[in-house]
Amino acid sequence: MVDIPTSVGDVVPPAEVADVELYHPKSWWTKYVFSQDAKIIAVQYAVTAFSIGFVALVLSWLIRLQLGFPGYFSFIDADHYYQFITMHGMIMVIYLLTALFLGGFGNYLIPLMVGARDMVFPYANMLSYWLYLLAVIVLVAGFFAPGGPTGAGWTLYPPQALTSGTPGGRDWGIILMLSSLIIFIIGFTMGGLNYVVTVLQGRARGMTLMRMPLTVWGIFTATVMALLAFPALFVAAVMMLFDRLLGTSFFMPAIVEMGEQLKSEGGSPILFQHLFWFFGHPEVYIVALPAFGIVSDLISTHARKNIFGYRMMVWAIVIIGALSFVVWAHHMYVSGMNPNFGFFFATTTLIIAVPTAIKVYNWVLTLWRGDIHLTLPMLFAIGFIVTFLNGGLTGLFLGNVVVDVPLSDTMFVVAHFHMVMGVAPIMVVFGAIYHWYPKVTGRMLDEVLGRIHFWITFVGAYAIFFPMHYVGLVGVPRRYFELGDTVFIPPSVHTLNMFISVAALIVGAAQLVFLFNLVWSLFSGRQAGGNPWRATTLEWQTPQTPPAHGNWGKDLPIVYRWAYDYSVPGAPEDFIPQNQPPMAGLSRAPA
Amino acid sequence: MSVVLVFLAGIAAIVIWWISGQRLTSKPWMEVGTLDDIQEPAKPPIPTAKVGLGIFLAVVGALFSLLASAYLSRMGGADWWAIPIPRLLWVNTAVLIVSCAALQWAVVQARRGADDGVRLGLDMALATAVLFLAGQIVAWLQLVAEGYVLADNPANSFFYMLTGLHGLHIVGGIAVLARTRVRLLAGGTVSARPRLGIELCATYWHFMLVVWLLLFALFTGWANDFVDLCRQLVS
Repeated sequence: MVDIPTSVGDVVPPAEVADVELYHPKSWWTKYVFSQDAKIIAVQYAVTAFSIGFVALVLSWLIRLQLGFPGYFSFIDADHYYQFITMHGMIMVIYLLTALFLGGFGNYLIPLMVGARDMVFPYANMLSYWLYLLAVIVLVAGFFAPGGPTGAGWTLYPPQALTSGTPGGRDWGIILMLSSLIIFIIGFTMGGLNYVVTVLQGRARGMTLMRMPLTVWGIFTATVMALLAFPALFVAAVMMLFDRLLGTSFFMPAIVEMGEQLKSEGGSPILFQHLFWFFGHPEVYIVALPAFGIVSDLISTHARKNIFGYRMMVWAIVIIGALSFVVWAHHMYVSGMNPNFGFFFATTTLIIAVPTAIKVYNWVLTLWRGDIHLTLPMLFAIGFIVTFLNGGLTGLFLGNVVVDVPLSDTMFVVAHFHMVMGVAPIMVVFGAIYHWYPKVTGRMLDEVLGRIHFWITFVGAYAIFFPMHYVGLVGVPRRYFELGDTVFIPPSVHTLNMFISVAALIVGAAQLVFLFNLVWSLFSGRQAGGNPWRATTLEWQTPQTPPAHGNWGKDLPIVYRWAYDYSVPGAPEDFIPQNQPPMAGLSRAPA
Repeated sequence: MSVVLVFLAGIAAIVIWWISGQRLTSKPWMEVGTLDDIQEPAKPPIPTAKVGLGIFLAVVGALFSLLASAYLSRMGGADWWAIPIPRLLWVNTAVLIVSCAALQWAVVQARRGADDGVRLGLDMALATAVLFLAGQIVAWLQLVAEGYVLADNPANSFFYMLTGLHGLHIVGGIAVLARTRVRLLAGGTVSARPRLGIELCATYWHFMLVVWLLLFALFTGWANDFVDLCRQLVS
């Protein structure tokens, strides 16, 4: 293979994409607040997500204080404890991770990486953010409503979510939670349409699907999944609101509560579980696929080597996305459904391990004999691979019905999903921020603070969640406010719980270092220049840093090559940007 | 959850068809700046708004197929008594079909460049759509007057919720349609952009008609017979 076609005229593909008319803001308000620029919207999404995520972090501290030192903190009673775990879970999964990966990274990276000037429907994109903000406000309002937020657990299973024994069940809590979810989903749909259609229609000339960076593939596939999966949560939330407000019996069976027969009868709680997990399982991959994509780019860039098995990586992303719609009932092995279903869903669950394992092998093989720079993004990327592998392996345990039944609702499950969809994606979030912060702000984040942040977070996360597996294997149930003098629970569990809580407090505090770094570097960080990581993808080739409104100068970029031309033999530098026309005399061996 | 799985299988078929034309087996690391991966498009590219609407309809389709799944699943409960279908619903269905036909006629007129016909078609479509909504509300009132209230029975609950959600989608459609009509108010001619708008409205209208027909089949119980038939075929 030779890097030069016969003439330059040949290499310019036909104009697939017409230049778009941009909306030009006229005032400060429409430029920075009610902005239609995807980059501003991305920052708005990220700041809001991190703010509400910080609330969830504090809640996790309170949860751990109770579990580690039961009885010491009188302001945490059982009701509060349940409210904390519910809000912590819901915020982290939906309002932080989903919003950040799709609304934050999606908005910032998709137009820049595919070479577009902006999202295709900027007005809907703006509405998407404001609905998200409204959803967050409604959610937070739960803390101030009479009775407090709902304490039903993040899965919101009826009937307990709607009965008076549950905090917020007969008060405002559950109503605000369901309303907030409905608003979030409407807002997300507006944003999601943008992310998908921009990838389909807005790509620059020459940017074929197979030349897209894996980040875009990950976010694109995750958005398609989210668009099809969130309606299930929407339906569940609407029907539950009907049950709560209008007295219907979609999910509520006949119940005697405090000696009083409730009006409902015949409703099916299992139906709710089906709807919830029909959304809930794809949701795991809605969070994971963008992380997969981003981490692939981080590893390739910082190991100065092309991603191993690009095609396999793309196919794996698509296959995982498709399979994740037919595994939902593995969350319901103990719900009393037909055992034959369990067999089917266990099989599909274990099949997902195959494309996922392909991805892990390919990341490791990309690192193999690469020129590994242990920069902050690379550290977090490696931290992700290890953590994800770890959490994935316990997933194989839990995917099997016979192993899952005794482990159901124990701390083992908590440890598993925190590893695989808590710590692992958050590692990628941090890595991605250390990687792209220079593009967003024009300044580098501080290296020393970043290393402190990484090591405490990484080691600390293991200090928290490794022992938790053991606690779960012993049989400690999740969601319990306190364990008391339970016979089968050895004293070592209490010691471990204290240890975990101390570790959690330290890891939480380490995030303040990160927060400080974000703010401090904004003003005092080292100037980054346009392409500090010497990366190939289009977002690093913008004429200005931070990119101006419209992203590109007068002309849109033209893409000549894939996103991973690192260390090409004979090339003058160890990276060739995607918009670099073919160079004379450069030959390459078939990979 | 069978309905939504069938729906997703349909989506999957479309995705596979689309993806099979995207050269996902190409080797991008070997193809630098060569022409063979991008040919001159044979036909003009699909307008972005059209793609956007298509994906939006997929989301709406997922929403209603999930609701249908929930309906069929809850239907097995012992406390389920089917709601009687008011005669008015047949009239409403006819009105919605007329609305669709009027809009389709407007599309044809727009392609011909007959502005007066377009305005007439849009007015007809708008008026019949509003009539449909009014009819749905009257049907609700009739049922309530006969004592079939929302919370008495899951069949009633589903009926009101499904017709309500469908009605909300029609309301949204009417808003967009009205905006398209206002653009033509000043007596301007139908240029490319409003023509696309009318076509998109028509697509949305046809989709909502199909959704309504399927919901109607659910309410009358035909869908149930059909599902039973499928179950027998499978088992």
